[in-house]
Amino acid sequence: MTQIYALIDTLLPFDWTEFSYMKNALLAILLITPLFGLVGTMVVNNKMSFFSDALGHSALTGIAIGVLLGTDNYLLSMMGFALVFALGISAVIGSGVSSSDTIISVFSSVGMALGIVILSATGGFAKYSAYLIGDILTVQPEEILMLLVILVAVVLVWIFLFNKFMLSSINADLASSKNIPVNLLQNLFMIIIAVLVTATIKWVGILIINSLLVLPAAAARNLARSMRSYHFWSIGISMFSGISGLIFSYYAGTAAGGTIVLVAAVIFFLSFFISRHTERA
Amino acid sequence: MADCKCSTEIRGLGVRRHGAQILHDVNLDIHHGEIMALIGQNGAGKSTLLKALLGRIPYTGSIVFHDHTGNVLKNPHIGYVPQNLVFDRATPVTVQDMLSANLTRFPVWLGHRKEQEARATAMLQRVGGSPSLLPKRLGALSGGELQRVLLAFALEPMPDLLLLDEPVSAVDRRGIELFYDLVTHMRKHHEMPILLVSHDLSHVVKYASRAALLNHTIVVSGPVQQVMKTDAVQEAFGLKLAGGDSL
Repeated sequence: MTQIYALIDTLLPFDWTEFSYMKNALLAILLITPLFGLVGTMVVNNKMSFFSDALGHSALTGIAIGVLLGTDNYLLSMMGFALVFALGISAVIGSGVSSSDTIISVFSSVGMALGIVILSATGGFAKYSAYLIGDILTVQPEEILMLLVILVAVVLVWIFLFNKFMLSSINADLASSKNIPVNLLQNLFMIIIAVLVTATIKWVGILIINSLLVLPAAAARNLARSMRSYHFWSIGISMFSGISGLIFSYYAGTAAGGTIVLVAAVIFFLSFFISRHTERA
Repeated sequence: MADCKCSTEIRGLGVRRHGAQILHDVNLDIHHGEIMALIGQNGAGKSTLLKALLGRIPYTGSIVFHDHTGNVLKNPHIGYVPQNLVFDRATPVTVQDMLSANLTRFPVWLGHRKEQEARATAMLQRVGGSPSLLPKRLGALSGGELQRVLLAFALEPMPDLLLLDEPVSAVDRRGIELFYDLVTHMRKHHEMPILLVSHDLSHVVKYASRAALLNHTIVVSGPVQQVMKTDAVQEAFGLKLAGGDSL
């Protein structure tokens, strides 16, 4: 870790990299943003942005369960609950009783309300309100290592299974005609989102985590002309928003998560106008 | 060959969805090297039967696939050309992306290798499509272009059964003839079994070797000329009123 810090000092000899919490935050951003850019491409393609939002909300219940179980590390309880939650949504949608946006909305409300009720009953909700907006500056070196592991795992999935994910997202019937296990892949992708969202929610925050997942990919879609450029733009916009948002928040004294999302939102609107302009031309 | 050329044996197939019996006791054989036309009115269960063949919905009864030497295929390759592909027209997937994703494990988000580009070009040319379609997004294709891309996609790898769902509804007249010539060629030269779902009886008569009328179950099936003459078909398609001169 000290070598990496020294490297940052040599490469980026600025005010904002002086403190080690800023160095940690920068490293975390360098790992989180490509992850979100990558996974976001398929979240947007599969029209799952509402679903990932619900998973973010479920984290509150995940924390509450952790509190009830008496652990200090809420990561496992959040992840465990999010997985049950994701597969639950998937199963109820699969039954075809109501439309998927209604079902996701119901789950989302339950995940949020149950968390609020349990947490307020066990000693005041205020203690946990930090999770709502998150704080990237609190990231610890061992957590950076965990982010690296998740990034490597997701990149491997993207290398080995992406083609099948893409064909499934175009049309499920067409994909099954090629013997692609569409439902299995769908569940796997839900698990990836659940792990990603719960692993990073402490730093990004329940209220804005979904923006970080959806905005870069949504902006990239306005600019992309193929799967390759889609990924290039999505990862690029995600990383640019992350780094510039972090630097800006340092000097302006604002919350990093919100600032990053605002940068990404500005880029989205720029891309929107660029795509409208080029379509007319 | 004197022995059976059965490709697909459907026995006692039934499908229930949302409490309604959509298909019951469907028995149908599709043979190698023949175009079997599946005809029937809207709501007769044609699309449901295709979905069952694709394994997309639960069904009762059995569907058994054979290769042309008679061996049972556990995981048959099915080529599927849907009527109107339901997809997000804004998706940044190009024709090359789609064809490559089917050809290789090399992830298409990292781009395309020369070999894949050459194979995709060959696949498109085989179905009379221009290689200039490759860099186009799926949503930017015309109906005929998309149909051609879907056929190219369906034919790789060589399918054990080809399902064509109203394949020409979005294609112009010349495109239709090209399409059917190609399908007829595939049938002859590759002994490919083809199930063709169509509303257009003139196409059925011209290109199919056998036909089956579906109305929740198989009402009548056999050689296409015979099936066309049955009362059931004449009635279902109102040919009696039109004088039945379409034959």
